[in-house]
Amino acid sequence: MAKSQVTMTVNGKPVEALVEPRTLLIHFLREQLNLTGPHIGCDTSHCGACTVDFNGMSVKTCTMFAVQANGSDIRTIEGMANADGTMHALQEGFREMHGLQCGFCTPGMILRAYRLLQENPSPTEEEIRFGISGNLCRCTGYQNIIKAIQYAAAKLRGVPLQEAAE
Amino acid sequence: MIPGSFAYHRPNSVQEAVGLLAQFGDEARALAGGHSLIPMMKLRLAKPGHLVDLGGVSALKGIRADGGDIVIGATTTQHELIGSDLLSAKLPILRETALLIADPQVRYLGTLGGNVANGDPGNDMPAVMLCLNASYHVAGKTGERRIAARAFYQGAYFTALEPGEIVTAVRIPVPPAGHGSAYEKLKRKIGDYATAAAAVVLTMSGGKVASCSIGLTNVAETPLWAEEAGKILTGSSLDAATVKKAVAAAEAITSPATDGRGPARYRTKMAGVMLARALARAKARAGA
Ligand SMILES: Cc1cc2nc3c(=O)[nH]c(=O)nc-3n(C[C@H](O)[C@H](O)[C@H](O)COP(=O)(O)OP(=O)(O)OC[C@H]3O[C@@H](n4cnc5c(N)ncnc54)[C@H](O)[C@@H]3O)c2cc1C
Ligand code: FES
Ligand code: FES
Repeated sequence: MAKSQVTMTVNGKPVEALVEPRTLLIHFLREQLNLTGPHIGCDTSHCGACTVDFNGMSVKTCTMFAVQANGSDIRTIEGMANADGTMHALQEGFREMHGLQCGFCTPGMILRAYRLLQENPSPTEEEIRFGISGNLCRCTGYQNIIKAIQYAAAKLRGVPLQEAAE
Repeated sequence: MIPGSFAYHRPNSVQEAVGLLAQFGDEARALAGGHSLIPMMKLRLAKPGHLVDLGGVSALKGIRADGGDIVIGATTTQHELIGSDLLSAKLPILRETALLIADPQVRYLGTLGGNVANGDPGNDMPAVMLCLNASYHVAGKTGERRIAARAFYQGAYFTALEPGEIVTAVRIPVPPAGHGSAYEKLKRKIGDYATAAAAVVLTMSGGKVASCSIGLTNVAETPLWAEEAGKILTGSSLDAATVKKAVAAAEAITSPATDGRGPARYRTKMAGVMLARALARAKARAGA
């Protein structure tokens, strides 16, 4: 099948490539752009490990074709750190609060939490749980992921960290 | 899992879209949010040779009031339904239902048009559309027509759409101010289709039910409009004996499959339980 030309912005950089229409966005990111942060967990749109930020939405890239992303603006975990190389508040939160064990779900969790906090900078615990309900974690039991997101929310709002860390 | 090969088309207008669908006939499928179609393509249960992406057709977007109706463009996403102030004020059952569909990521992309046109009895919006007496604006190469939701669903994945036709919008008559509504869905986990679910829209007058419409999800090959159950309740005060009769009438029209969500008899009973709960909640929300 003839390849299509796509252009998009990925982690702030312009990208231009040829893709087969049936190429899933997750395969394009991982195999053509070598961005292996987004993971393939279930490959059936359930686990959220492949989540990236796409035009201001959290999407599962295993359930989207790269051609659909033509013209889009995408952010993956590789683009989360601050410009000076320090960690984003969410990355710091996951480290400080032990929000990961094996780390397989973490890139998807962080990108989903990023959009959640953009839409709702001070979510309740329940709102966080509902907001990350499309992301599965096999290790942590979620408790520390909630704390990590609360840590980041507090830091991004500039309120004392203790409040979130309780 | 990698889908079969296909050619990708991204038209800018409805005319262009239906032109492409007509041109490629059986080989072509419309693509909206992709969250039902792409999983089927990955499993190779669907192998379209041409995908016509409706995402570039701006005329298919948006939510607007039109006289006593609300008209929602087919590619309006579930996320957009949840965020709409107009819907929250006039048709709160849509927001409530959308929040029970899948998970946040799926709702950012999944569309109302895809949900109602898909024909999967597990989809939640069709029963709500039966309950609300919605109609679908449909376009094809030869022109446009409207199909009542109550005449749309013919079997699992069989609808009144002719080959090459697409749903362009969903038209919903706004229930009177003071109506009460509820969507009750039993599911095993977030992201699961319903074991059984019930949609209720009712109006009350002087403590009695003035009108009542009921839709049921995933307990037959198609979504169900429980017309008889609604009639039984009309004129009653939703007393326990009448609710019991209505629940029995609703259960009687179900014919669910036995599957991972439970045996058929259990799913029928759960449809009744969901209906009773939805009735109680709708009544509590209705004005006198
Ligand atoms: C993990 C997961 C959980 C889910 N859980 C639920 C759930 O609980 N409840 C629920 O209702 N849904 C659920 N879904 C399905 C989801 O809501 C889909 O988005 C929706 O069913 C289809 O909408 P779409 O826009 O993604 O359509 P697509 O997948 O793009 O299309 C679906 C079908 O409809 C056709 N189509 C699309 N748009 C039109 C149109 N305008 N006119 C004519 N035909 C059209 C396509 O050709 C295709 O055959 C789930 C999906 C996933 C991945
Ligand atoms: S790999 Fe995409 S949701 Fe699991
Ligand atoms: S840390 Fe292992 S899956 Fe979440």
